[in-house]
Amino acid sequence: MQIKEYTEKSIYTIEIIGDLDASSAIQLDQILEKVVENGTKKVLIDCKNLMYIASAGLGVFVSHIETFKEQNVFCVLYDMSDKVKNIFQILGLDTLLKIVKDRETALQIVQ
Amino acid sequence: MIYYYKINCLPKNLKLIREFVTSALRNMPLSDIEINQLVLAVDEICTNLMVHGNHYNPNEFIEISISQFPEAIQFEIIDRSITDFDITQYKFSGMAKIVQEKRKGGLGLLLVHKIMDKVELKQENSQNTWRLLKTFSSK
Repeated sequence: MQIKEYTEKSIYTIEIIGDLDASSAIQLDQILEKVVENGTKKVLIDCKNLMYIASAGLGVFVSHIETFKEQNVFCVLYDMSDKVKNIFQILGLDTLLKIVKDRETALQIVQ
Repeated sequence: MIYYYKINCLPKNLKLIREFVTSALRNMPLSDIEINQLVLAVDEICTNLMVHGNHYNPNEFIEISISQFPEAIQFEIIDRSITDFDITQYKFSGMAKIVQEKRKGGLGLLLVHKIMDKVELKQENSQNTWRLLKTFSSK
């Protein structure tokens, strides 16, 4: 898995490329920890190249839900494939996390 | 038709397991979403065995068999780690609690139970056998 990060107009974007599984989830976890520590309030997760997610990857997002609420961080996931979104839906995580169809919609939410 | 794969317990091999399962399931009448769910369920069991059972010991192995029946697919995952895990005692603590406690773990076996129609663990002769059954069009 690879992760690309960039900031644009105070919006932090994290692009996940490849498989988010037990061997790679820690990398995303460390980035989200850093984002919160740095005081970032607007985070977009670009999922267009997220090919697969396992429970370890879901766990990273789940473990940050409360922290994002406490710190007033807006986090939006976008451009997720149907098969990856289906895994979020199995556990009802699509109701706990903000998942939208594209970047434009995500930007409208955080701006 | 039976598909069989034996692989040692290394983190990088999880992807190879997923590729093996995907390749086998491509021969069956399943959608991409169904294949991904089944791959995930097998991946979750293998991850648990590699991480918790075998501590990524490259000298230990996991065996996976996939059997296709007219109305079901059965997955058997075997390892030889020492475990006192009792599947009959498995109870999900609830998503609200996991979120509140900011836990990263505890979702894998829940996914397996939600995806599969039957989940069994048999422990005998120093061998753990996970048997996962998926009935076609049942969920």
